[in-house]
Amino acid sequence: MAYPNGARLKFACDMDKSVLVNNFEKRGWVSVGADEDWNFYWATVQSVRNIFSVENGYRLADDQVINHFPNHYELTRKDLMVKNIKRYRKDLDKEGNPLAEKDETGHYIHLDFVPVTFMLPADYNLFVEEFRKNPSSTWIMKPCGKARGIGIFLINRLSQLKKWSRDSKTNTFTAPSSKDTYVISRYIDNPLLIGGKKFDLRLYVLVTSFRPLKCYMYQLGFSRFCSVKYNANVNELDNMFVHLTNVSIQKHGEDYNAIHGGKWTVHNLRVFLEGTRGKEVSDKLFDEINWLTVHSLKAVSATGTKGAIANDRHCFETYGYDIIIDDNMKPWLIEVNASPSLTSTTAADRIMKYKLISDVINIVIPPGEMVDVKWNKVPTKENLGHFDLLYDEELAQSDLLQMPENKSRVGTGAPGANVRGKVDPRKVTGATWK
Amino acid sequence: VKKDVVQTLVKTGWERKLRNSIFCKMMSYHPPPHYAASQEHIKEPNSYIRRAQANWEKRILKSLNSMCTELSVPLARKRPEKEQKDMLGRWAELGTDEPDLSQFRPVYAPKDFLEVIASLKNPNVVDCGDNTVSSCAWGIIQAPVYVKDLHQLRLQYSEMAINQCQSGIDDGPELPSEVFEADRAKLARKVLAAKLAPATQEFAKKGIPLSHRAQMWSQILNVEVDDVDILYYEQLKTGVLQHDLLVDSLIYKDVKLTATNDDQYFVFEDYLYQVLLPFSRDTTILQHFNYSSASPAKSYIRGKLGVDEFAVNYPPNGVIPFHGFSMYVCPLCYIYNDIIHLYFVFREMYNRYFFRLHTLSSHPQVSASINSIMGIVSLCLQFERLLQTHEAILFFHLKSIGVQPLRLAFKWLIRAFSGYLSSEQVLLLWDRILAFDSLEILPVLAVAIFTFRKTNLLQVQTFSASEAVLADITTLKVIPLIQLALFSQ
Repeated sequence: MAYPNGARLKFACDMDKSVLVNNFEKRGWVSVGADEDWNFYWATVQSVRNIFSVENGYRLADDQVINHFPNHYELTRKDLMVKNIKRYRKDLDKEGNPLAEKDETGHYIHLDFVPVTFMLPADYNLFVEEFRKNPSSTWIMKPCGKARGIGIFLINRLSQLKKWSRDSKTNTFTAPSSKDTYVISRYIDNPLLIGGKKFDLRLYVLVTSFRPLKCYMYQLGFSRFCSVKYNANVNELDNMFVHLTNVSIQKHGEDYNAIHGGKWTVHNLRVFLEGTRGKEVSDKLFDEINWLTVHSLKAVSATGTKGAIANDRHCFETYGYDIIIDDNMKPWLIEVNASPSLTSTTAADRIMKYKLISDVINIVIPPGEMVDVKWNKVPTKENLGHFDLLYDEELAQSDLLQMPENKSRVGTGAPGANVRGKVDPRKVTGATWK
Repeated sequence: VKKDVVQTLVKTGWERKLRNSIFCKMMSYHPPPHYAASQEHIKEPNSYIRRAQANWEKRILKSLNSMCTELSVPLARKRPEKEQKDMLGRWAELGTDEPDLSQFRPVYAPKDFLEVIASLKNPNVVDCGDNTVSSCAWGIIQAPVYVKDLHQLRLQYSEMAINQCQSGIDDGPELPSEVFEADRAKLARKVLAAKLAPATQEFAKKGIPLSHRAQMWSQILNVEVDDVDILYYEQLKTGVLQHDLLVDSLIYKDVKLTATNDDQYFVFEDYLYQVLLPFSRDTTILQHFNYSSASPAKSYIRGKLGVDEFAVNYPPNGVIPFHGFSMYVCPLCYIYNDIIHLYFVFREMYNRYFFRLHTLSSHPQVSASINSIMGIVSLCLQFERLLQTHEAILFFHLKSIGVQPLRLAFKWLIRAFSGYLSSEQVLLLWDRILAFDSLEILPVLAVAIFTFRKTNLLQVQTFSASEAVLADITTLKVIPLIQLALFSQ
């Protein structure tokens, strides 16, 4: 792609991934080093941290964009995500916002979308209290700073936790840093099974701005299936293949199939749910997924609060959302990844990821235009590709001003109706949920 | 009294059930044969087709037997107690612990069967060498069976005309639901409430919305799972547990080769075993042999070879699976989550339609018989005729580079497109099979796909290149294609 003045867009890329480089080269962009004068930088989170660090003093120009927000970890580190969502709910509750409505047992009706979670070792006593309420429950331990299923294990007795704590103490002589902290979450032990198999969802969400919030949901997400039959039997607790659907773990399983990689498109899931349970059920589920995505982002985007993501206009970010659906058709947000894997496991996977990157670029930099961080970040419908506009705070607000009757719908009724009323940017952009 | 009885019948809903049941019987009704007709004549009036089918069966049997000898496995054996228990425990996850199947191979593949069809020749048609009857056809089907022309098909499928809104096109997410979707859903609920099979069938002609399909298909096929059915399925399951059959390995092998590797269907692998293994024990399947040219394979109890009283059908349902057989079940997994329901819907679909896709028959389409579903031979010829008449340039090009179009399309036809199209599209296509009670939509779609890819096909010079052009049809939308083929000229 050449600019009107004949110059070509310059890109830098930390990762040697074909789905990235092929996309850049197809656009005729020129490759430059990360320390040179780039317009578009696909960086690792470490590089981004360096660029934005105070010592560095690096200042980005108006024609430079980069693929991470400086403090994305507020959303993508397991402990911070939970902390921020808890705080967000409390803040809404204080405001008396109807969204923070609770039922008799004290659970949030509309905002209860992450499994009960505690930090360890900090919240150990709180956890024990909760565990004693339900002694037969299973819990999942995850190290805060690690990804791809590393260091994860399940417990269903307090003694297992004590043993773990003893073992880890003898190994370390330093004070617990964030690397040693764990989150312990209630394990979803009633997952929805398809064909008798457990699965989770990997959805891609693009954020181009946190204030005002502008986010997009990708249509081509997928479900990841365990290669081994799910069995709630306690003896199977040690068999991680049953419980974890991460492809990087499943790949080591014996039954891993290299043709489809255990991945089933979200479209297939939708066809199946609509066929077996009806359109209402399936629409409601996907509405709720959109709902939880928007609110997880709002939890880190409110102005002036601690834990808000710095809204640098040079940044955009593609998140990998991991969601589990339980057998009551309720979606649970498990975690958010800042750098969803761009390694392709199958042919279909490569095509999908190539499209993903292509669509991300077209939203961030409208085709044929120069990089300019001052543009209004409202892509045209053609440039959305396989993304759907999930929420645009600006548009939603102007919508509300235009149609005061919508106001009454905000914060009442079912989440689905809520989000629709609130988000409904259809009239402005022509983009819809579905 | 009569009035009372009638009224009570209506009130209790039994009248409706009776009507549906009679309708269902009518669908598979066969007019009483001529008194002088022999048993084999009823099955298949043309002796040359009869002979060909018999020879084909002999070949399959021979290959089955030689597999037995080669691998030294018996056709059937009783499972020891322990193995039965073990299998029962794993019943819902048979896919995880597979037996060693490396030695097994599918008994036959679609292309073997195509050879048999292509070699069918009516001895009464004399090829005088004057370029008349058979030589004006460019295809490979030589059997003179009746097929329809485009005009007749157009009349038959008039409900699918372009000016009529169709589910699967006019209810897409990009259109506001007021256009068609909402009305259609309302009508669907009304039709379902009426519980009348003919009404449902009429509705299905324009396609069925995804969320109503499960119920509507059950209604058209008159499948209502009750306690007797559940018990029946359990008996079949016990049969599977008690005896290990050679065909079980063939079923395993087929699922592993097809569905397990399919990115749409791998999820349902275990369901397929739970349907196909009991299916092979289901002797009610045998009834279709009364009106098809095929006969179930016979096996004899050891030491009593050739003695008719000791003959048993092998496998008990008489169906020897071929490569791709499990694809008849796969799309159904998208609408039936309950195994037993899934089983009976599949069984009914097989008994009505699918068996015709892998047995030879001339099936007289013109006869007065209500049940006049075309067999595979007619479907093949239908495809060739339509293509030759309406895509002559394309046919000629392919023929001139030595590519017979049927060799490209046959795999689609024999599987009713399952595994080639996206599951959603297969279901929309099968809606029409049920609605019009006919398989003729299959060759129409095959021709439509050739038309759609014509530009590319006209450029190819080899068989493999033409195969490549048609290799991926998962992105196609079938209904607009069928409409183009039927109504655009």
